[in-house]
This record gives sequence, structure tokens and C-alpha cells, in this order.
Amino acid sequence: MDVSAQHDASSNGNVADVGEIMQAIAEHKGCGTTGGSGKASCGSQAGQGDLPTEIWEKVKNHPCYSEEAHHHYARMHVAVAPACNIQCNYCNRKYDCANESRPGVVSEKLTPEQAAKKVLAVASTIPQMTVLGIAGPGDPLANPEKTFKTFELISKTAPDIKLCLSTNGLTLPDHVDTIARFNVDHVTITINMVDPEIGAQIYPWIFYKHKRYTGYEAAKILTDRQLQGLEMLTERGILCKINSVMIPGINDQHLVEVNRAVKSRGAFLHNIMPLISSPEHGTVFGLNGQRGPSAQELKALQDSCEGEMNMMRHCRQCRADAVGLLGEDRSAEFTTEKIMAMEVKYDAETRKAYQEKVEEERIAKVAAKQEELAELAGASSDIKVLAAVATKGSGLINEHFGHAKEFQVYELSTAGAKFVGHRRVDLYCQGGYGEEDSLETIIRAINDCHAVFVAKIGGCPKGDLIKAGIEPVDQYAHEFIEKSAIAWFKAYLDKINNGEIEHVERGDAAIRQGALISAA
Amino acid sequence: MPFKIIASQCTSCSACEPECPNVAIREKGGTFVIDPKKCTECLGHFDEPQCVAVCPVDNTCVIDTSLPRYQAPA
Repeated sequence: MDVSAQHDASSNGNVADVGEIMQAIAEHKGCGTTGGSGKASCGSQAGQGDLPTEIWEKVKNHPCYSEEAHHHYARMHVAVAPACNIQCNYCNRKYDCANESRPGVVSEKLTPEQAAKKVLAVASTIPQMTVLGIAGPGDPLANPEKTFKTFELISKTAPDIKLCLSTNGLTLPDHVDTIARFNVDHVTITINMVDPEIGAQIYPWIFYKHKRYTGYEAAKILTDRQLQGLEMLTERGILCKINSVMIPGINDQHLVEVNRAVKSRGAFLHNIMPLISSPEHGTVFGLNGQRGPSAQELKALQDSCEGEMNMMRHCRQCRADAVGLLGEDRSAEFTTEKIMAMEVKYDAETRKAYQEKVEEERIAKVAAKQEELAELAGASSDIKVLAAVATKGSGLINEHFGHAKEFQVYELSTAGAKFVGHRRVDLYCQGGYGEEDSLETIIRAINDCHAVFVAKIGGCPKGDLIKAGIEPVDQYAHEFIEKSAIAWFKAYLDKINNGEIEHVERGDAAIRQGALISAA
Repeated sequence: MPFKIIASQCTSCSACEPECPNVAIREKGGTFVIDPKKCTECLGHFDEPQCVAVCPVDNTCVIDTSLPRYQAPA
């Protein structure tokens, strides 16, 4: 397929529709023709599944590498790497706002010593914090001394914490041996293209071997180095996740080729994320009006790349100083000023005991789901619906509708409940009263869902949701998500079968842009 | 004329500091500064001034026209 022709056709703002993407997929053998109910996203949803034991051990408590783990385990990023060696059109690191939640943004940078102290402080406060990542705000491998010094300090004081890093890959081949030496067993590379023509539209320049390169030449060097680095890592048995930013009209269709290229080089997981581009961020894409994808465009591309390869769908595109479960950010509790004043005692035993409890919870959750799945056995229907869930974690429906900062989205079919994404929403409940505008924002964000599962919901939003065609479900409050969703879906099918209701398709939904708390 | 960093535009990302062949760049008051006595405009070291090439904000590392041009030692 002629990629440049594809680009010309779609660069006039009238972006690749789902059909065009599916067309590209049809030629892309082995990657995701099954779509929706095929391979479970991100590792295995129901535990180890078909993963080899050594890989399962690496991912089972890594929230970014296992969808299932992200309900239970937390991660933190330390912002020790401010410098970068490339420029991306979707990134502007000058912007810094505490309410802003996206990569490349931090409130303060840390020295390796401060970072090590912060890790201990967080590990003592949040015992389910199992992973320490260095993701910027620049590129960790453009700051190799600071990055590796941080790893060295942490591996001495908290050896049970997994280390990972996220890089643009430009200098990755130079550092693979050091990465292996520090037992970093998870590396994320951001790969947005394998075609330099497309790369030239995403990267204005790179700085490589004392020289600034631009255009095609820059993108060619970058893609060569990224793929070489990926090969070197997988040769050493280091798990690699590939992050790709989906930029409609530039690389949306091309990401299928990227998926094929990284899969053939042994990448473990592919994370296709929507472009974040508001004009107020001051990025090139934000300023020139480049739009991000809709929820259904993103899902179609993720579905199409899902086959042999695991797709990550629970990425929250978090900050380079994020702390906590994915979807929550507790970084404000751990500012440098606060952690330096903290008395920190690292208690590995307490952490271990806590994590054992989490494992019990997790096993109970999986068992509940299996039980409910058995109930579905024998039912046969082509119907697939999406359901949104308000949750605070632990795999439970345990959040009030009005307090939810995001909804997790599950695809329900006779194959079961499958996590397919999440939708950020504005805080609807501010200061105890509902705000109409925010409710509209939520409805736009979950407009493709048939139902929304909540622990509790007020009468007013309930009415508006029903009017919008989304069923508010509060009867499963504080129960397991998947078990409840499957039970609800079973009842839904029953109602259709006995003619009580008619199944109607839902429309598309919007992916939320902008600051996390805009209503404040 | 050595280079200088326009403080109001500096993101304090530190990318320039390790690239300077003369160790002329350091952090001062939240942003980075170039010591004009040490800056050689990278003449004799590289084809292009390293701070300019690596800086993420265009026109932030610029020639300081208030000072005389760097003279390579004879």
C-alpha cells in the first residue's frame, strides 16, 4: 500500500474513517482480524492464562504491563530526566500546571538523591506501589547519568521495586547493556512511525552525535535507532512496550504497519494512545488545529492491531511525576518539601503482607468472574455492547457517579466482559452540587455505552442518562466489575429475546482533552 | 561574541549543560547561564554551537552582541 498516497488522501482534515483502517488491516496478516473478542488486552485478564511463567512473574504486579494488575497495583514516576534530544510536534515541555495531566509535564524536577527518598516515602505510604518508572519529563536516556544513578540508589534501598523506563529510543542502543545491568526489566519505546516520510511530519528535529538533523534525515535516524534498540532489548529478554500516538491524518493508518514492525521484533505490548492537542498546550499540533481521534476511531485501530500481540488499553497518559494507581494522581502528597520532612522507614515485610492480601482479592475477583461466565455458557448472540464503570480500584464498582474522574469501559458479549478502555471526564460533582455542563461532558464521553455501572447516583443525572439512552445501573454497588457486567448483559440478552426491549447501536464518543480539573 | 541564554525562554531542561565542550554552562537561579569567558561558540569543536542545536526553544541560545567576538588563540 502506498503510504504517501494514504497520507495525501487523509491530510485534508477529512480523516481516515474506520472502514479505511479496516481495509489496511485486511492486508496485514496475523494482526488482529478478530477484533473485539479475540485476545485479551494486556497480558491476561483472567490471571496467567497463556503467558509463560517467567513473563507472568514480570508483569503480574506491573500496572502498565497488565490490565488486570492496574486495578490493584500502583506505580510512580520520578522526574529526574528533564533534558530531551528530539522535538515532537505533540510535546511542549515549557507548559507546567499542577492540573495538567499528560506526559512531559511535571511540577518540579528531582535530583537522583531526592528521587530515591521520594520512592521510599511513597513505598511506605502506598504498599501496593510496585513499580518505579523514569519517563522524563524529557528523555531518560538523554540524561543517562541521572537516570542510572537513580536506579542504582533505589535498587540498593528498595530491591523489591521493579524498575522501568520510557524512551524515544534515539540513544537506546548505546545504553542497552547498562539497562540490563541494572535489572531494568521493562522498557517502553515511543514509536510513532517506521516510515521517515511520516516521521518528518511528527518530528521537526533530532539532536544526534553533536548535530541537529531535520526532516526526512532526522526521522530516518530515529526509526533506525528505535528498531535497533528494540531488537537489542528483546534479545536480552527485556520486556518492551511500544507507545504510539495516534495522530489522525498523519499516522493513523500507518500504525498498523508500526504494529507489524514492532511485533516482528519481539515487542510484548503495543499501546496506541490518542493524540492530546489543545491549543492552550502550545504544541505545534495544538496550535495548528490537528485533532485527536474519537473514542471509536481509537478503539477500531486498537481492535485491528489485536491478534497475536497484546494491546494496552488502560494507559492514562500520565505525567512524568505521577504517583498512585493508574487513573489517580497522588503526586501532590509527595512534593520535595513534604518528603524531605518525612521520617521514612522502609518496611519490606509490611509491603509483602499487604501485597499478599491484594493477591487474595485478585483471586476472588477472577473466581467470581468465572462463576458468572459459566452462567453465560450456551448463550449465543452476535450482540456486543459497551458499558462504562465508575471504580476506585480493586476491580469493584465502588465509585459514586458524581465523583468519578474517569469511567472504565468494558465490551460485553457472550464471550464475557473485556476491558477496552477508559474515558476521562470532568469532575461532575463540585462542592456538593451537580453541574449541568459537566453532565453533558460525561454523556459525550460515554455516549457509545449502553449502560453505566455506579456505586450510587442521584435522581437528576439518572434521568438525563436515561434520556440519552444510557442505562444507569446501581444494583451492583461494591460488587466485582466483570461478574456484575456479565450478569447485567445476560439479563439484557434475556430482555431482547423475550421482546421486552429492542437492541439499538450507540453512536461515537469524545476523548476528553485539556486539564484534569477544568471546573475548579 | 559568545552565546547567551535568554532566561525568560529557558525551560531549565538542562540539555545544553552536558553538551557544552567548554563546560561554560551552569544552572543559576532556576535557569541556565553561559559563562561568556569560557564560551568559544564551539569553534574548533563542532560544526554548530551545541547549545543552539539541542535547545528545545528556538532563539533562546543566541549570540550576545554586547560582547566582542570570540578570538581563537593564535
